[in-house]
Amino acid sequence: MTKPAAIPDISFRGVSKRYGDVVAVDKVDLDLSKGSFVSLLGPSGCGKTTCLRMMAGFEQPSAGEVFIRGDNVTGVPAYRRPVNMVFQHYALFPHLNVADNVSYGLRQRSPRPPREGIAKAVDEALSMVRLSGYGARRIWELSGGQQQRVALARALINRPAVLLLDEPLAALDRKLRHDMQIELQNLQRNVGITFLLVTHDQEEALSMSDRVCIMKDGRLVQAGTPRELYDEPVNGYVADFVGKSNFFAGTAGQASDGLIKVALVDGMKTAGRASRSTAPPRQGDAVLVSVRPERIRLAAAERDLPNQIAFRAEAKVLNRIFLGEQTEYLVAHDRLGEFMVRSPRQGNQARAFEIGDRVAIGWPPDAALVLIKD
Amino acid sequence: MSLRLYAAFIYVFLYAPIALIVFFSFNAGRYAMDWQGFSLDWYGRAFTNPIVTKALVTSLMIAGSTAVIATVVGTLCALGLERMRGWLRQLFDALIYVAIMVPGVVIGISTLIAFVTVFDAVNPALEAVGMARLQMGLWTVIAAHVLFNLAVVVLIIRARLAGMDRSLVEASEDLYATPFATFRQVVLPALLPSILAGFLLSFTFSFEDFIIAFFVAGPNTTLPIYVFSSIRRGVTPEINAIGTAVLLTSLALLMLAQFLLRARARAL
Repeated sequence: MTKPAAIPDISFRGVSKRYGDVVAVDKVDLDLSKGSFVSLLGPSGCGKTTCLRMMAGFEQPSAGEVFIRGDNVTGVPAYRRPVNMVFQHYALFPHLNVADNVSYGLRQRSPRPPREGIAKAVDEALSMVRLSGYGARRIWELSGGQQQRVALARALINRPAVLLLDEPLAALDRKLRHDMQIELQNLQRNVGITFLLVTHDQEEALSMSDRVCIMKDGRLVQAGTPRELYDEPVNGYVADFVGKSNFFAGTAGQASDGLIKVALVDGMKTAGRASRSTAPPRQGDAVLVSVRPERIRLAAAERDLPNQIAFRAEAKVLNRIFLGEQTEYLVAHDRLGEFMVRSPRQGNQARAFEIGDRVAIGWPPDAALVLIKD
Repeated sequence: MSLRLYAAFIYVFLYAPIALIVFFSFNAGRYAMDWQGFSLDWYGRAFTNPIVTKALVTSLMIAGSTAVIATVVGTLCALGLERMRGWLRQLFDALIYVAIMVPGVVIGISTLIAFVTVFDAVNPALEAVGMARLQMGLWTVIAAHVLFNLAVVVLIIRARLAGMDRSLVEASEDLYATPFATFRQVVLPALLPSILAGFLLSFTFSFEDFIIAFFVAGPNTTLPIYVFSSIRRGVTPEINAIGTAVLLTSLALLMLAQFLLRARARAL
């Protein structure tokens, strides 16, 4: 017997979904631990929405099993699963007012709760999403953001095991989206219900979630905290999808002292470390060296670069974007191509480079990650 | 300018005869085309004529039964087709269009032949066990009317179902409503205006149908059949009055149906 606290709210065990010959979801294992805010992140068509629909019960897996709080719910229809969903376009019932939309789930229970009980629960749910007094309004009288909050109240009033959110912010404008991100996070902390957010927006996923699961072509590529994904990606795909990075193709060489030598194009050499999230690449593997733009140093000349440097070269500044606390440079190297560099502002020194300047670039060995492609 | 004149001419050509019938239904004189002054006499006379009132009751019974059966069966049929996949669904879709395209006279003849064949086949057996013979009556008209009104209802409901947001059904299921509860609380309210419109259209089409009823009504007289048979004795203002009443009822029902279908389109 495991302790109750250790039972995840939702578990996937080897879940696959096929439509004819197309594999939408391929052997996914996943655990959503209680009270967490998890994102499923990936480009469209990666299978994240299919995963969500298999959690809700709208789709049944072709293989594998789904558990909700330890109960095997594989094959159980949506209306008998203790999870609720916020739909992408909210799917509020147009023929019902706000209060009747919110109370819909409670009214399906058998026996039906008493009228006063439902009214009280609706008031609480509406005040939770800051819509007190909106109960009698019609759906089409509400703005997009208000409809979104009604959809949240309609789901949360049922105290589901997991709240499923299907790209809920995609239909909102930029400013409102940011407000809703903060509101969703606060809501999740207050109610303590596990939230699962499906999104293709990496910024949204990283800023809101405790854990992010990155999907590609139906497979779960990596699951971890936003920091783990950024600092220790399992492969080039994750490094590219989460944040910005510069990539240099090469071949893995010998490893020593935790550093792997890499032969780049034209006989150039560098070294880097393997990601802690996965087994290191073997000698002879085709690899990508990933260097985050903020880890690359710029200097006027090579001798001005710090001592611990794994790679140094000369390059030319192609473009410069002032970002306030940082400056973003686009520099070009004759053989490695263009890369992006972000330099923090340093004290009073106006150490800005101009477009066209020759500069020296370099990075310390631990800044370079040697990753397999994907 | 000439195009406008042309259009005006077309409209006159189309609607002048109808306008004349409406106009002369208010004629005080005895003859249809001999204006003697305004009067509502012929309306009174038409609707106190026992043959007319009997025909009207017959027509209303046929139209009412047709509308109820066509609406119920048609709605269920549309819901069933929505869940069907593959060639069977395409076949039924095609057959529904055929039922609408087939001219009334063909439906009339073919249902007549079908009924007669069936009657000839089963009547000897029925007589042998002492039961009443099957014969033409209201129910044969209703059956023939349901045949094509069913297709009308199916088309209307199918259009509504296709335009319905699938995620509403999913949202309801996600909120613990069983499939039947979802149907009752989400699908049915969304379909209701279309169902009503289908009902009104079937009622109208059945009420004003002459051709099909003429073939399969047997000894019964519907209002259109009465009008047709009295015209052979000459057009009286009474006929004009009946025609006008039928016209206005049909128009009112059609406009109501149109309004229901449009209101729905606006709401979503």
